[in-house]
Amino acid sequence: MYNLIGAGLIVIGAGLGLGNIGGKAMEGIARQPEAASKIQTAMIIIGALLEGLAFGALILGK
Amino acid sequence: MTLAQNSVRFFIGLMFTIGTTFAFANEQHGHEGQHEAHAVHAEGHEAHEEAHGEHDADHGGHGYEGMIDTQEEIQAYKEHHLQDAHDFVLFSDNEKGTHIGFPLPVILWDGETGMHFFMSSKFHHGETVAESNGAFFKLAHGKIVKTDAEGHEELGHPIDFSITKNVLGMLIAGLLMIWMFGSLAKSYKRGPVPTGIGRILEPLVLYVRDEIARPNIGEKHYKKFMSFLLTVFFFIWILNLLGLTPLAFNVTGNIAVTACLALFTFFIVQFSGNKHYWGHIFWMPGVPVPMKIVLAPIEVLGMFTKPFSLLIRLFANITAGHMVLMSLIALTIILKAQFGAVGSTAISLFLSLFISLIELLVAFLQAYIFTMLSSLFIGMAVEDHH
Repeated sequence: MYNLIGAGLIVIGAGLGLGNIGGKAMEGIARQPEAASKIQTAMIIIGALLEGLAFGALILGK
Repeated sequence: MTLAQNSVRFFIGLMFTIGTTFAFANEQHGHEGQHEAHAVHAEGHEAHEEAHGEHDADHGGHGYEGMIDTQEEIQAYKEHHLQDAHDFVLFSDNEKGTHIGFPLPVILWDGETGMHFFMSSKFHHGETVAESNGAFFKLAHGKIVKTDAEGHEELGHPIDFSITKNVLGMLIAGLLMIWMFGSLAKSYKRGPVPTGIGRILEPLVLYVRDEIARPNIGEKHYKKFMSFLLTVFFFIWILNLLGLTPLAFNVTGNIAVTACLALFTFFIVQFSGNKHYWGHIFWMPGVPVPMKIVLAPIEVLGMFTKPFSLLIRLFANITAGHMVLMSLIALTIILKAQFGAVGSTAISLFLSLFISLIELLVAFLQAYIFTMLSSLFIGMAVEDHH
């Protein structure tokens, strides 16, 4: 039961974080379309790091 | 690229995905048939069924008497798919107790009786004891244990070198890579433009070199690590794609495999680290001495958490993908009462088609991320001082 609540909290946090990253990257690309590929790469790396954290927490919590 | 070409590609992709979905759904077919019998039987006996369901759960929920706990059956089906196995089961009929698939070779080393080599069909899917050179073996929860002729006692655990599902998947990926890159290398002898499969591979190789290795490792050092990065990229990508075929290998969703891949990255980073890398770990330049002492253990921990996050990410992504896909396919059974056989299959087919397409993207993305982060860590280790 508690691990399910924890999993929900993790997903909420990860969702907020990913939304932030994606939104800011979109803003950046809109402002500077010529830097789109660089911004995308950086976005994916940060997203992957966040994802690693979230998955780690999910697996440890299970 | 013309529109016709594009639509042909889209069509091939679509057929591939639908084929996969059907294969998954077919595997469930045996259970479905059983469920039907169960539903007919349970009609008008709902209270009875409930009581029986609980009864079943108490007994481990296998319910061979025709009564099944659907929930547990689906759970077992998922777990069966996520785990390594000694044989392939493509279809099974629980009512008759028959399984259709093909066996894989079992290779065992036992301290007393030496080497054993036989096909896993001898186990009859874990139902019987297999005899080989006077020793008896049985399957217990997917693992092979040594036993007596009746299969009651556990006499020990032989060392298992079997060609299991995962091993077969890795062998197929390796052979595919040898064939693909062999033909790419050969086509360069004929001229500068690759032919055949090389036309797909060349841009990918250049992509790994120019977008992943060069910017992250640096112009001076990247060549030394290209072989590792390319191998790991294509190995993970092909295995992820193999996981989406009807044979449903779950190799990159096995934590031992991803741990091994991450260990490669770990050792490469540690062995190629220069003195600045080690300096940044044990004696961080540019901060006061008390801070240096505090930072050293954190940085040492960071050495291990980097590959750890690599292994967890790949494992969890692929496992989660397979789990979602199988859950959606299990909808055929869960929603059958509400929407009928055709309706529930249509819903599950549509949803699993959608997830399969996303999984195609994830398969590439995870290979990319693994290679990208590996090259980032290597880049940190070989970076020149500035």
